[in-house]
Amino acid sequence: MTIAAVQSKPAPAILPGNGGMRGALSDLFWRRPKLLLLLMLLPPLLWLGIVYIGSLFALLLQSFFSIDEFSGLINREFTLKTYGDLLQAANLDIIQRTVTMAALVTLASAVIAFPIAYYAARYARGRWKALFYLGVMLPLWSSYLVKIYAWKLILAKEGILTWLFGKLGLLWLLEAWLSLPIVGGNSLSVSFTGTFIVFVYVWLPFMILPVQAALERVPGNLVEASSDLGASPGQTFRNVLFPLALPGIVAGSIFTFSLTLGDYIIPQIIGTSRLFIGQAVYSQQGTAGNIPLAAAFTVVPIVVMGFYLWGAKRMGAFDAL
Amino acid sequence: MTSAVSFKQVSRYFGSVRAVDAVDLDIAPGEFFAMLGPSGSGKTTCLRLIAGFEQPTAGSISIFGERAEGVPPYRRNVNTVFQDYALFPHLNVLDNVAYGLMVRGVGKAERLKAAEETLSLVRLPGYGARRPGQLSGGQRQRVALARALVNQPKVLLLDEPLGALDLKLRENMQEELKSLQKVLGITFVFVTHDQGEALSMADRVAVFNDGRIMQVGTPEDIYQRPRTRFVADFVGSSNVLPPDFVHRYSGQHRWGSLRPESIRVSGATSGDGVAARLVGTNYLGATTRLALDADGLRLHATVPAGTALPAEGEAVMLTFNREHLHLMDEPA
Repeated sequence: MTIAAVQSKPAPAILPGNGGMRGALSDLFWRRPKLLLLLMLLPPLLWLGIVYIGSLFALLLQSFFSIDEFSGLINREFTLKTYGDLLQAANLDIIQRTVTMAALVTLASAVIAFPIAYYAARYARGRWKALFYLGVMLPLWSSYLVKIYAWKLILAKEGILTWLFGKLGLLWLLEAWLSLPIVGGNSLSVSFTGTFIVFVYVWLPFMILPVQAALERVPGNLVEASSDLGASPGQTFRNVLFPLALPGIVAGSIFTFSLTLGDYIIPQIIGTSRLFIGQAVYSQQGTAGNIPLAAAFTVVPIVVMGFYLWGAKRMGAFDAL
Repeated sequence: MTSAVSFKQVSRYFGSVRAVDAVDLDIAPGEFFAMLGPSGSGKTTCLRLIAGFEQPTAGSISIFGERAEGVPPYRRNVNTVFQDYALFPHLNVLDNVAYGLMVRGVGKAERLKAAEETLSLVRLPGYGARRPGQLSGGQRQRVALARALVNQPKVLLLDEPLGALDLKLRENMQEELKSLQKVLGITFVFVTHDQGEALSMADRVAVFNDGRIMQVGTPEDIYQRPRTRFVADFVGSSNVLPPDFVHRYSGQHRWGSLRPESIRVSGATSGDGVAARLVGTNYLGATTRLALDADGLRLHATVPAGTALPAEGEAVMLTFNREHLHLMDEPA
């Protein structure tokens, strides 16, 4: 009775169209969903395909050119000479240093990120979850440069970290560490240790978020099932949690690894005067004017990432996807 | 004889909610024991207390005579078949089944052999190489069962394991589970909200409501001699009769229970019996379920299909055998 009261006249089985352009368009898109998809994808595809990938290829092309050492002019003939230059001891040193740093930063990020992500995925609810996202994202909202300069002050000899070590009576520990070769230096802010700390700090959110997303998808009863079948918490971590979180860890490590490989600002502000790949690219294409060598340097992270992903896939990192 | 599982005044509170409230329970070794109740009645929490996923707020739990409070799940020789199976998605079926042996350090060849044998036991031989995602619900259920059984647990816990299966598969699995239990002689503790399942499979049934056990007994006990209105209503939806009504037929001022199948319905308008009106009929295949209104008291009767029935809205006369009227303990 109530339904009849609401409808003043009997409703037709097929409702009339909305009419006008928008109505016709809606009906068209419903009938041909691929058309809508195409329209939605076209702008980003043009952007990615032409502007982004296109310029990347243009850059890669440059790496097969060479520079005339006397005139400083670029010789537009295809050659592998520039890649030969890349293999000089000084340049290999840069590559090795950068890759080692990227690997260490990735490893440290994964170790630090996992417990945080695990807590957020398993235990944090409501307000705490919001706080987690805020805590992870907030540093991303402030300027990258501001953060790095802040860290320079924190890590400086007169900075808060040295002061804290002093208060805790651990100054000897800091000094012992700084006296070590390679990782040490006059103060944390001019050592590789400092570079490492700041890299980990800046890229950590990029590891936490994908790991958290991966852990979020692991049903809680798998952990219970593992425990029920006799696995200690350590065994459950190794056999269930870690393999299922691995795609997230690999996704995060793609960020931390490639961002560290390419960054040129952090090692310039914090650390020693020895170059990283990003700085080498910067100086080769800028002051040195050697675009081919700069281009060749940029190929290195791409190749390294390619091998990394290939290795990760072979090790079964994506099996749980 | 030591009980397989023994609860002494066990309570589990979640904040102010008493999920399990001072439960006493003894499950005999080798028994097929069902915990029956509506959702939120505390039956699953009891199961989780046995598994070790929950710790009691008060009271004591022992498993084969050994105290279980504070003992983590991985140190209990008890295994669970989870409601949604909880198979490891990154492992194939054989590795899933062998998991319990693997974490106990059993060698690879030996554990895979045991896993393969257990897969045959649940009638899934040769399925070892598949991923859980490639199996049907019924097959996953069997894998979950094999994964638990391969460890030869002292007690097997089953948390509504048949809930997600369709009717036909469910009936098959009921029979299979029952015969498996007989062959293996393992104590099965089975949680379900389906009274038919509990009655048909279990040696004994505990009926839960509001975190308490309302009644424990054989299926026949529970069905024929419910002690409270709740049990009568929940198990087989018996007609719960108020004390005034019961008084007229038994002379006692007590709550009564009368099974729908004990009521005979005739179209007569005079004579002995309870005058009522037929309000609705529900065709159920083998039987027809009738909704009746006896002067404001709603009753149900089931009659064999094909019985000649008066039209809906007609007056009918209800008769029943006095001895089928069961008097309950519940205070009037």
